[in-house]
Amino acid sequence: MLLEIKDLRVKAEDKEILKGLDLTVNAGEVHAVMGPNGSGKSTLARVLAGSPGYEVTGGSITYDGKDLLELDPEVRACEGVFMAFQYPIEIAGINNTYFLRTALNSVRKHRGEPELDAVEFMQLVREKAALLEMDQAMLNRSVNEGFSGGEKKRNEIFQMAVLEPKLAILDETDSGLDIDALKIVANGVNSLRSPERSIIVVTHYQRLLNYIVPDFVHVLSGGRIVRSGGRELALELEEKGYGWIEAEMAGARG
Amino acid sequence: MSTSADTIEQLATREYQYGFETEVEAETFPPGLDEDVIRRLSAKKQEPEWMLEFRLKAYRAWLKMTEPTWHNLKIEPVDFQAISYYSAPKKRPELKSLDEVDPEVLRTFEKLGIPLEEQKLLAGVAVDAVFDSVSVATTFREKLAELGIIFCSMSDAIREHPDLVRRYLGSVVPYTDNFYAALNSAVFSDGSFVYVPKGVRCPMELSTYFRINARNTGQFERTLIVADEGATVSYLEGCTAPMRDENQLHAAVVELVALDGSTIKYSTIQNWYPGDSEGRGGIYNFVTKRGKAMANAKITWTQVETGSAITWKYPSCILQGDNSVGEFYSVAVTNNYQQADTGTKMIHLGKNTRSTIVSKGISAGHGQNTYRGAVTIGRNAQNARNYSQCDSMLIGNRCGAHTFPYLEIKNTSATVEHEASTSKIGEEQIFYCQQRGISTEDAVNMIVSGFCKEVFRELPMEFAVEAQKLLSISLEGSVG
Amino acid sequence: MSTTQVAERHASLAAGFEELKGRPAFSAGGASEGRIAAFERFSRQGFPTTRDEEWRFTNVAPIAELRLSPAPEAKADSTLVAGLLPLGQDAVTFVLVNGRLSGPLPRLPRGVAVRTIANAEAGDLLPARPEGGTAFTDLNTAFFEDLLVIDIAPKAVIERPIQILHVTVPGADPLLVAPRIVVRAGEASQAMLVETYADAAGDGVALVAPAVDVELAPAAFVDHVKLQRQNNRSFHIATMFVRTGRSSTFTSHAVTVGGRIARNDIVAVLDGEGTEVTLNGLYVGAGDMLVDTHTTINHVQPHCPSHEVYKGILTGRSRAVFNGKIFVHPEAQKTDAKQTNKALLLSDEAQINTKPQLEIFADDVKCTHGAAIGQLDTDALFYLKARGIPERHARNMLIHAFASDVLNGIRLDPVRRTTMALVEGMLELEALEQE
Repeated sequence: MLLEIKDLRVKAEDKEILKGLDLTVNAGEVHAVMGPNGSGKSTLARVLAGSPGYEVTGGSITYDGKDLLELDPEVRACEGVFMAFQYPIEIAGINNTYFLRTALNSVRKHRGEPELDAVEFMQLVREKAALLEMDQAMLNRSVNEGFSGGEKKRNEIFQMAVLEPKLAILDETDSGLDIDALKIVANGVNSLRSPERSIIVVTHYQRLLNYIVPDFVHVLSGGRIVRSGGRELALELEEKGYGWIEAEMAGARG
Repeated sequence: MSTSADTIEQLATREYQYGFETEVEAETFPPGLDEDVIRRLSAKKQEPEWMLEFRLKAYRAWLKMTEPTWHNLKIEPVDFQAISYYSAPKKRPELKSLDEVDPEVLRTFEKLGIPLEEQKLLAGVAVDAVFDSVSVATTFREKLAELGIIFCSMSDAIREHPDLVRRYLGSVVPYTDNFYAALNSAVFSDGSFVYVPKGVRCPMELSTYFRINARNTGQFERTLIVADEGATVSYLEGCTAPMRDENQLHAAVVELVALDGSTIKYSTIQNWYPGDSEGRGGIYNFVTKRGKAMANAKITWTQVETGSAITWKYPSCILQGDNSVGEFYSVAVTNNYQQADTGTKMIHLGKNTRSTIVSKGISAGHGQNTYRGAVTIGRNAQNARNYSQCDSMLIGNRCGAHTFPYLEIKNTSATVEHEASTSKIGEEQIFYCQQRGISTEDAVNMIVSGFCKEVFRELPMEFAVEAQKLLSISLEGSVG
Repeated sequence: MSTTQVAERHASLAAGFEELKGRPAFSAGGASEGRIAAFERFSRQGFPTTRDEEWRFTNVAPIAELRLSPAPEAKADSTLVAGLLPLGQDAVTFVLVNGRLSGPLPRLPRGVAVRTIANAEAGDLLPARPEGGTAFTDLNTAFFEDLLVIDIAPKAVIERPIQILHVTVPGADPLLVAPRIVVRAGEASQAMLVETYADAAGDGVALVAPAVDVELAPAAFVDHVKLQRQNNRSFHIATMFVRTGRSSTFTSHAVTVGGRIARNDIVAVLDGEGTEVTLNGLYVGAGDMLVDTHTTINHVQPHCPSHEVYKGILTGRSRAVFNGKIFVHPEAQKTDAKQTNKALLLSDEAQINTKPQLEIFADDVKCTHGAAIGQLDTDALFYLKARGIPERHARNMLIHAFASDVLNGIRLDPVRRTTMALVEGMLELEALEQE
């Protein structure tokens, strides 16, 4: 088991957002977490990555045998937790490659591996860039600066390809992508699927799951996972909308 | 959230690193300013009659002027009668060798991390160190003399090269220019003089380190750099100052004269005492810097301003000759209660003149940072071009950034481009770096140096390293 | 000017309005109330003058002096129409003549539904603008006799571009043409639209005052191109209003190469988190043309990027006005707004008034604006000449490069080529072989 979330309760700005969430992810699995806007999907992703601004009020997260909540964000990253941001951040004046090399060498240092020299690093970058159809110009530009929405998302998955995490969390990576860009990003993600790597795909729309086919689908509503199933659950949601689940939940409570 | 905030808190409580005072016996005038003080000052410095006349004319002009109020600064009134206008170390060392310099002075330089011997040997930098108003050590003079380059203190220049000084002093910044320039012209203590003869490329970076030392002594630095036709020179100015409680006034004047086809590059790192975290103490820095570029000449101002409680400074270029070029690259940092109102003026008079302005303002704590820039294209400045970029970075919620670009275009053939941005370095940017495995401290350094990159790359190598270091010290503890 | 004076001057419009009252279009879908209010407002206020801040540099007196009457129904020559369409059979094509849909509806791809005045719903008939708007929007509201409503179904990805050609067929008197387009893109849908505005005759005088509304539901993608190539005696004063929902993406390229006075007012409201809007444009002015662009980008939600690049090339005695407003509301943190306006003046008499206007009320934002006005870069010109390229070619290349910067953003190759050819025609440039 790679990740085990038990009864997770999270507050942001004094409002309880996750209200006892359970989720178990084994190595090599792809899980989709779906839900309407405001259901807590992004909160889950960001709490896993250790984002500031959230208060964990209860429950536990065990990752690779460790208490994840005890670790600083950079330590989590070094331990193999990667989040593709919903809104990737721009850093002016720092070129994409330099940024990534700093990140990769931090991770390698943490793992006790030697740092990559410039030549080795560029070889790795070229190989991974081809995967995401990134051109040299994009690599040389400042981190995410002047990138279109689609390019930013592609860059996130490119970083994932270079950093080779054990657990990747994709936070609404499909938002802002047209159909062509969506296919490129999905291909990139699919090529990174492996028995050692688990992926959590957080999304509002089923469309992405046509291209990244999940092993499990979970529906998040009101801060809890209210239903889990296989891929067919996503299709059912697509057809009936989130209102259906919410109505059912209300019915069950009433 | 708490972890990064804690580190930041710790870093924030670090004291100003260069805050110490050197004990050297000094001869100091009692506070106060009148014509008699100026006469005594001039006599003390053994100046010729014309120099005394210059000072007195400036003093009389100053009496009729009032302090400017158009800037965006909050300034406690300065009592000009409470300032002492002369202070010199009593034991004036010979200039032959460093061994003869007061050991206390040498230790000061060592504390500052700039051992003269090492610089002499390793860096190939000629150092004219101004220690409290009077030069105490000058190096490499002989080597430069072989090329006909004059690099000495202003006092020496007045005595030894009166014709040059008389010809160019006040030719770019007349004593009537502004309140502080008039005051400086009347009472300037010392400074540097550089003359590079026709067609000579100065083989090394010329550098002055100076610091304000004795209590209550205003420092009125006067610098004049003349590059004759086709000459090239790069001048570095860097400063640190000891910690104090009271405000200190600094009103320097720097004049650059770039004759036909010459190049002058003037780089500054300003790290005077900014006051404590409550806003007490700190230097008042009111500087007039201006250069005049004749045909095909080029003047580049680069500055990294991290110190002083108040900075009021607009290094400017008068692009008088055809095809002349003016450049201004600036990073200004204000933290705690620091205020900066800085920028440049590019005055295009000649044809095909070009100017570039890149200004980066960083505000943290309660810091207030104002960019004030003017681009003037004169009626006869056919095909003039200007590019201006001013970016502001805010750290935290209590600081402010203000931008005042002024444009005055009297010739329609001009091409003028202006870009401006304001952004905030916040938790989200740092979190993004952390999520990729990079520590908070590295993240802050990375973000800030990325922001300032266009300016740092204009600095000479060893200066750029120092600038980067200063910046991270100045901003430590401001992110969270 | 008193109400009576305005009314007298626009007697022909008033008569036309009375006539319109008798036709079914007048009250279709309950439009009558809005029409009466709009015409009353117009009759009271008349056309704007240079005393209005929004019209300071654009004097519409030549329009106010026209004795306009509402454009009648007309037919356009089919060869002429074919020549004006930038896209061929691959596109879904609508032709509007004098503001009315002409001919039968094209075969519609799955996911596209269309309505006209005959079956319009009440919601289609009011422009989406929050406030009344200008005299020109009022004229449109009062006089439109047909409209084209295009609905894209949720999740539909429309591969074939949709092209709309507006043709003005002149009459004896100067005509008022009031085209109206409404586009609604459903959730997670995707579509491309190309609008062309042209005249059937080179000497007909008309005021074309289109009103275009585009609404994007969450996660929708809309790419819009407008090509305005009216004759040099006509007036084209258009408004476009765009509202974008959460995570949607809207891109606009507005190209102006025609009209005596041409103005585009584009307002975009970024009304959902994570929505991205691009407003790009190229205008070319020659002779006595006046080309005015007013854009407003309203950031009301966090995490929205907006990009804006407008470029102008002016020759002869032409004049241009550019006013780019960017509002960042207090809630719109993490806004990233970039605006660039560049103008190339190819003659001494050409002129531009440019005014970027950024009003920022949020503190964690990035807003950049840049403006550059100038003549052809003499250094670049010299460089090319020094490599043996004759002056004419060198100039040609540099002007192409300037225009390409914007036109390269147009995704559809035939549209980009048509546009470049029109720009070349205006400036008497030779085509570059690489195009």
